[in-house]
Amino acid sequence: MSEQTQERKLESLEDVVIRFVGDSGDGMQLTGKQFTDTSAMLGNDLATFPDYPSEIRAPTGTLYGVSGFQLRFASRDIHSPGDLPDVMVAMNAAAFKMNIADLKKGGILIVNIGNFTEKDLAKAEYDSNPLDDPNLHEEYVFVPVDLNQLTLDATAESGVSKKDGLRCKNLLALGMLYWIFSRSAETTEKWLNKKFAKKPEVLAANLAALKAGSIVAENLEVFQAGRYEVSKATLPSGTYRNIMGNAATAMGLVAASHLSGKKLYLGSYPITPATDILHALAKYKNHDVVTFQAEDEIAGICTAIGASFAGMMAVTTTSGPGLALKVEAMGLAVMAELPLVIVNVQRGGPSTGMPTKTEQSDLMFAIFGRNGEAPIPVIAAQSPSDCFHAAIEASRMAMTYMTPVILLTDGYLGNGAEPFLVPDVSELEPFPITHPTSADAEGFQAYYHDERGVRPWALPGTPGLEHRVGGLEKLDGSGVVSGDADNHQHMVLLREKKVMGIADSYAPLKVHGGDSGKVLVLGWGSTYGAIHGAVGRLQREGKDVSQLHLRNVWPLPKDLGDVIDRFDTVIIPEMNRGHLSRLIRMEFLKDVDSFSKVTGKPFTVSEIMARVEGHLA
Amino acid sequence: MTTETPTYKKKDFSSDQDVRWCPGCGDYAILNSVQQVFAGLGVPKENFVCVSGIGCSSRFPYYMDTYGFHGIHGRAAAIASGVKSARPELDVWVFTGDGDGLSIGGNHTIHAMRRNIGIKTVLFNNRIYGLTKGQYSPTSERGKKTISSPYGSLDAPFNPIALALGSGATFVARTIDTQPKHMKMVLEAAHAHKGYAFVEVIQNCVIFNHNAFTHITDKEVRDDRQVDLWPGKKLVFGKDGDMGIKFTPSDIEIVSADEADVWQADGETGANAYRLCHKDERGEIPVPIGIFRNVERPVLDEDIHAQLSAQIEAQGEGTLESLLNDGDTWVVG
Repeated sequence: MSEQTQERKLESLEDVVIRFVGDSGDGMQLTGKQFTDTSAMLGNDLATFPDYPSEIRAPTGTLYGVSGFQLRFASRDIHSPGDLPDVMVAMNAAAFKMNIADLKKGGILIVNIGNFTEKDLAKAEYDSNPLDDPNLHEEYVFVPVDLNQLTLDATAESGVSKKDGLRCKNLLALGMLYWIFSRSAETTEKWLNKKFAKKPEVLAANLAALKAGSIVAENLEVFQAGRYEVSKATLPSGTYRNIMGNAATAMGLVAASHLSGKKLYLGSYPITPATDILHALAKYKNHDVVTFQAEDEIAGICTAIGASFAGMMAVTTTSGPGLALKVEAMGLAVMAELPLVIVNVQRGGPSTGMPTKTEQSDLMFAIFGRNGEAPIPVIAAQSPSDCFHAAIEASRMAMTYMTPVILLTDGYLGNGAEPFLVPDVSELEPFPITHPTSADAEGFQAYYHDERGVRPWALPGTPGLEHRVGGLEKLDGSGVVSGDADNHQHMVLLREKKVMGIADSYAPLKVHGGDSGKVLVLGWGSTYGAIHGAVGRLQREGKDVSQLHLRNVWPLPKDLGDVIDRFDTVIIPEMNRGHLSRLIRMEFLKDVDSFSKVTGKPFTVSEIMARVEGHLA
Repeated sequence: MTTETPTYKKKDFSSDQDVRWCPGCGDYAILNSVQQVFAGLGVPKENFVCVSGIGCSSRFPYYMDTYGFHGIHGRAAAIASGVKSARPELDVWVFTGDGDGLSIGGNHTIHAMRRNIGIKTVLFNNRIYGLTKGQYSPTSERGKKTISSPYGSLDAPFNPIALALGSGATFVARTIDTQPKHMKMVLEAAHAHKGYAFVEVIQNCVIFNHNAFTHITDKEVRDDRQVDLWPGKKLVFGKDGDMGIKFTPSDIEIVSADEADVWQADGETGANAYRLCHKDERGEIPVPIGIFRNVERPVLDEDIHAQLSAQIEAQGEGTLESLLNDGDTWVVG
């Protein structure tokens, strides 16, 4: 058979988008992740978009139980998981129904006909079998296969029950895809060997299904002519690892702990889609990381504030509804002038909203959502791997300025994956944090503020520096409780000056493309990939369009107004109702084109291109 | 660093702030006792951290010349849990009230108890909201007329001791603001306990709930109306010390002193402590004070750091280098 394979044509593709769709119990996230890991190890550039329902196991075969994983792998530099898939694997009728409209014409469509029985069709609310449509053969490379039966056959001899055998059907589909894109299953085999080391029968079944997949694909009529390959991407040289945004955030926080010399403390309560940060940090015990799974969101932040007072690098992680619960405590951290990193992995709101879908609708909330005048700097990560750098930056800012800092990511970044160019240790700048000692006891003032408005971080256990902090207004200097009118005015302005002054430390803004011109696409956060893809394509077509993406969303960079002034039109795509647009109007008195999308899905490249083209026409 | 046991006087623990509780408030007596006890514990002053929430009781840290954190309403236990789990070597105390600790902060209180984290909680129970001017609290008796219950409160109260026992607190005690000697003994025992300690202090609010406890605390009656639970001591009470308490399989009986049981606070189940609570709630025995429960269990903050050390030992100490490069990576170029 291998001789046969060699005779077949190998067509090179530059850029492929695959979408795995199935029931939420079908293992689509796992299948997608395995293909991603394999592609990463083969050196492709890649981007992923897991899209799953909030129900863990919705009733089998229903439309609302459909789970999907889209991944894009390429031999060139890419920044988003692609708009429409070239390949779709649909594990049942419901998944087929929810996704088929997105598949590109001419794309490969692999369908598990084993899950198109009358019962399945009824659950998917079909009156007749959609696979009977002759147009499928015309419009797509249509590959109907009975994955159920094939999997049962393949796993029959491994010694597992039929039920357990059938569970391997995602591995069979994965095996097919590996063969079609001529990639080795080695990474997945290694992973299976480790995962099922103690369950030899389950391991045998999974390996058999994976292997059977490649044989099934090899013998399919449609692939007799040839198969595909996507060669290595020409990424900048260096060491890479495949990383998801939440894992990168966790790794960035641990890195910041090493760089600052401060032990990391996480106080957190599980919430989708932020929980993976807690999971990741809980594993870093050999980096001396304390993770405290608190009784609720409020205790999550309050334990972190307590740990900060005790001298740890304190972090709390959450998503929108959890941020709402933490508001009062964030004000306390402002008032106590203690460092704290608050990570908000945004999701669709309001209220419980759409927990597993993405949105950027907490920006205004992060900046202004507290009682009283309680300024907090806000920074945003722009890609899964950038979460690493953003987490370091947030930690550095918090401890340098003795302030809580909010780091905004979102579900799309948190769950998305891409290759991460691992920095060399020497590229990461240490920022050692020091504390006053008993030698400073003479005349020590807990609320003495330096020229930046920063007070000393004196730690319990230090003789002679005993002091009290808290939520009541404090007298500048001594820090004793004060209801004095003039002191309150002074302290409000002092806290504001400290936070707004952080903008003085920003690097000058860098515009991607011309420094002035017709259109600037301005963004923040996870829209980076789609904007970058759109602007890049338009620039290659010779269009007058530039991109600017903000790391610091509060305080805004001081040179932002000048940049905006140099363009005829500024478009701001945001997965909210125009938060940054309003901020720009408010702070700089400039109008912008607010391009708002709140579907729970990220922007596509083509949507942004169309918006820009509208202004260039 | 000195290894000598420091010697302090009470005034070493008084901050330079004027105490601003109402004249006659029971809180003064508690402050006095705590300062005296702290001075004698042999703990370096800089290792004390006093944490509070909001309310009259929660002004406490400002009057103590130690490290202190005046938090937000109800969250003292959470803030203190953060301090203690970060730095187990610190001596962390929570000062709270019946509103702060049992109402808005009830959740944090019970979870600190079940975790057995090594913080000491002193809950001032005056059965009223003081700082918001006189509303009924979660320990106010049913039918209580207050500004927010003009026709009588319809809420049933918590028994803080029963709540602590039910939440798994490993040290549970009660004392009274007007009995400083007893209070100091209880506070010292709380400090000596490994793990979480809960001390309810019955405290008089002179403004909004004056004389709420006179029927228990008045000198004339207190010997008859209180029974002190002290481990290893007989459960006796009465002006002449001639009455006692005896546990029968189905009930608790008032007996003569020589028939009284010896109190044990280290029972596996705490069943007798519960029985006393329930009997007390029905008014059938004198109000029990003293130590209801004192048992040893794993202590969370110690275990957190033991687990860290064990993993560092097992995996090797993590470095920036290992953080970045451990796991699956590939090289380009």
